Amino acid sequence: MTNLGIHLGLLLVLPPLLLGVINKTKALFAGRQGPPLLQVYWDIAKLMHKGIVLSSTTSWVFVAAPVVGLVTVFLAGLLVPQGPFPAPLSFAGDVILFAYLLGLARFFTTAAALDTGSPFEGMGAAREVTFACLAEPALFLAFLVLVRLSGSLSLAGMLHAPLTISATVEAAPLVLVAIGLFVILLAECCRIPVDDPNTHLELTMIHEVMVLDHSGPLFGLILYAASLKLFVLGTLLLHVLFPFQAGPAALDWALYVLELLGLAVVVGIVESVMARLQMRHVPYLLTAAMLFCAFGFALLIR
Amino acid sequence: MSDLSLVLVAIVVVGASGIPALLVPNRPRNGQWLTTILLVAGSCLGLVACGHALLVPQAEGLAGSFALPMGRIVLGLDGLTTVFLVPVFLIPALGTIYGMGYWSAAEHPQTSRRLGLFYGVLAAGMALVLLARDAVLFLVAWEAMALAAFFLATVQDDDPAACQAGWIYLVATHLGTLCLMAMFALLHHFTGSWSLTPEIASGLAPAAASTVFVLALVGFGVKAGIMPVHVWLPGAHANAPSHVSAVMSGVMLKLGIYGILRLTSILPTPPLWWGGLLIGLGAASGVLGIAFAIGQQDLKRLLAYSSIENVGIIVIGIGLAVLGRATGQIAWQVLGLGGALLHVWNHSLFKSLLFLNAGAVIHATGTRAIDRLGGLAKRMPVTAGLFALGAVAISALPPLNGFASEFLVYQGLLSTAFPETGASLPVAALGAVALAGIGALAVGAFVRALGTIFLGEARTGDAAHAHDPGLSLLLPMLFLAGCCLAVGLYSWAVIPCLLPAVAAWNGLPACLDYPLATTAPLGQVTLVGAALLALVGGLGGLLLLALRSRSCARVGTWDCGYARPTPRIQYTGSSFGQTLVDLFAWALWPRRCPPRIRGSLPPPSWFASAVPDTVLDRLVLPVFRLGNRLLPLVRLTQQGRVNVYLLYIPAMVLLLWFWVMIGE
Repeated sequence: MTNLGIHLGLLLVLPPLLLGVINKTKALFAGRQGPPLLQVYWDIAKLMHKGIVLSSTTSWVFVAAPVVGLVTVFLAGLLVPQGPFPAPLSFAGDVILFAYLLGLARFFTTAAALDTGSPFEGMGAAREVTFACLAEPALFLAFLVLVRLSGSLSLAGMLHAPLTISATVEAAPLVLVAIGLFVILLAECCRIPVDDPNTHLELTMIHEVMVLDHSGPLFGLILYAASLKLFVLGTLLLHVLFPFQAGPAALDWALYVLELLGLAVVVGIVESVMARLQMRHVPYLLTAAMLFCAFGFALLIR
Repeated sequence: MSDLSLVLVAIVVVGASGIPALLVPNRPRNGQWLTTILLVAGSCLGLVACGHALLVPQAEGLAGSFALPMGRIVLGLDGLTTVFLVPVFLIPALGTIYGMGYWSAAEHPQTSRRLGLFYGVLAAGMALVLLARDAVLFLVAWEAMALAAFFLATVQDDDPAACQAGWIYLVATHLGTLCLMAMFALLHHFTGSWSLTPEIASGLAPAAASTVFVLALVGFGVKAGIMPVHVWLPGAHANAPSHVSAVMSGVMLKLGIYGILRLTSILPTPPLWWGGLLIGLGAASGVLGIAFAIGQQDLKRLLAYSSIENVGIIVIGIGLAVLGRATGQIAWQVLGLGGALLHVWNHSLFKSLLFLNAGAVIHATGTRAIDRLGGLAKRMPVTAGLFALGAVAISALPPLNGFASEFLVYQGLLSTAFPETGASLPVAALGAVALAGIGALAVGAFVRALGTIFLGEARTGDAAHAHDPGLSLLLPMLFLAGCCLAVGLYSWAVIPCLLPAVAAWNGLPACLDYPLATTAPLGQVTLVGAALLALVGGLGGLLLLALRSRSCARVGTWDCGYARPTPRIQYTGSSFGQTLVDLFAWALWPRRCPPRIRGSLPPPSWFASAVPDTVLDRLVLPVFRLGNRLLPLVRLTQQGRVNVYLLYIPAMVLLLWFWVMIGE
């Protein structure tokens, strides 16, 4: 019960901190002081208290999208176990539900972008669905490796399997899958090198351009949902990247939070040392992620 | 009264529903009412019988005392038949109510009676195909269905596009029937019987069984619309009236699926490669079908290509079940076939909904070109909401019904990768990767359709004066949308009704006791779905409550400071799909006419792009044109003079004489 409470607490409270850590890391690399670590919390709080500006072109889809986006990512977060602890909701096949909940969020985000009638937002939506068509198969190839290793169809079973492996033959595919999942994380959360959250030109964005017209509490929900998505996918990746268990529950929770913050630092470093890829090169990156996961699967077929 | 005889009565009523209207040619409106009442009444009767047969499953048979030429009248009602009978009775009944408003006798006095007549014949023909347990009777019913569909698709016989699509359909369906005739003749040759019951073919040699299987796959695949023999499908669906497209896509395609299932159920234990072939074909149909859909500018062609995609998903499920049968894995059979059958139901619900929706859009705007529409959500709010629901359902997103059926297929496919399955079977798990790609592409395709038609601003005057349709169009759509939601949330209660069909297919009663609740916990999925709806409702309510006291300014969309925005600068469906079409350019072969810029002060120019059907345009039509050029040579032998024909007789005798001489 305590673990369940901690899971929910971390899921609801921690995500904006990750964005803060990423921003701080980038600032340090750039030689700036950067915004405070908790800045994203203040931003969201401020947005939640504002009024809104609605485009007269939009319909109910525009208002529904941020709500659906937040709820689906939150529910997906309930399916992913944190650290070595069980997930609040776990059943055979929840892995499929996980992927399709993210799909539902994408459906509404892109539909809301088209709802504004703005060509920029249409562009962003087109890019989002295109890259998802490559990221989604890559994600399922990664899942296949975990199914093959664990013999389980629930996320908890699959993601806890790396804790018990010993042979090198089983560790090699995990390395490949970790690389693949990291690329998927960067693409799904719209980080450099796939998308630049801080670029100044609408023409070159993916995620930020889709939400150009959202304002006030609606934009607050979107910002929160984006950080939640980073949190959830990061948690997923950490199981493959650091399959370690300390033993005592308190120590495990501390280890998990530290790993998560470390991951945010790594994302910040990647953003600092890399330039954004040209838009037409992004599919190559995602195909590479798919191939990494596919090779991982091929290694396990014996 | 037994379920089978009740279904037979229903078939007679449905099949004859168009006849009374022919007797009152001067009062077309009354005739249409009569047709509708009869068809709905017959369908209700049939649905009651099906409902009873689903809840209290028992295999029934009926052998007629009189014979057809070569065959006998043998009918049967088992689990498999019942599952397919449900959409056969449900969708035409809703379609005919829709037709009261969409194709009313007042507006179409010439064609409404013809449409009513063949609508009933099509439904009755399909039901008879499902009941037939004799190859000859099966083929007779199959032809009745195929021809009725031809007359329905070409009901607008003054429209050249409809006529051409109708001819392509007629040629394709008969080529398919040719394969079926060869297949049944082969089966008769090996077994000495026309019967379609499992005990007949159990002793078939592997090579013979495989030949029969491949012929059946081609013959039934043409009807089901499996790539690459889908060529008739997009044109016929696009040009038929919308409630006819709904029945063709929602129900008639499934008869091809039924044929594949019936044949694989009577053939002996399949080899592994049958399952592999089916999964491969299904994956190809799914991915390419939805990729083609993204390239379409005609709303109904888009929906037709998405039918190919959904048939692909069903075929993947069947392939998994065949694989399970080859290896003796009950789990794969139940999950694969159960998922496929549930998807048969689901697709008939949401695809009919979307086709009827497309009809409402066409009725209101007069165009099928999505790039001419836009902003209809404000003028047709109910239609837009129903389309959004259908789009979410067909993209297989939770909490609606499409997710439930794909969930089962996924479960089965992923479980082929379990550590204990050895080295070759996990290849089937790649089907799950294809399914994931299909899912992501479907989201793209239907966001594109929803966004271009209903969201944003009206692009042309066509879309500016539209309004929601009348009750006779709305009621069937509302009913179908309700079914999508209900099957989505109560999938755990629906799936046990399908298990008798699985047991009828593989002859294993053990399937009935398969612990589906633990291996594929649809109840848990429902829980998350209900939580999703509740949280969205709660959070949305809170948000609206909070916003009531805040300022809410309505301004134009942010346009980066551009002073004169027009609806024409919106992203169109073509531009939205372009990145995806480019990704699949190796298969779609899109056509582009780039603008030509001449001189230093160029005159206005234009740009056009289209994604025609690759197989039809690049393969089938060239082959037929070549045939058109070469085959007239054969006509040289047909001179129309008796003396020439008399000459052929001694020539033939001489030829045979030489042949015998050489033989000795």
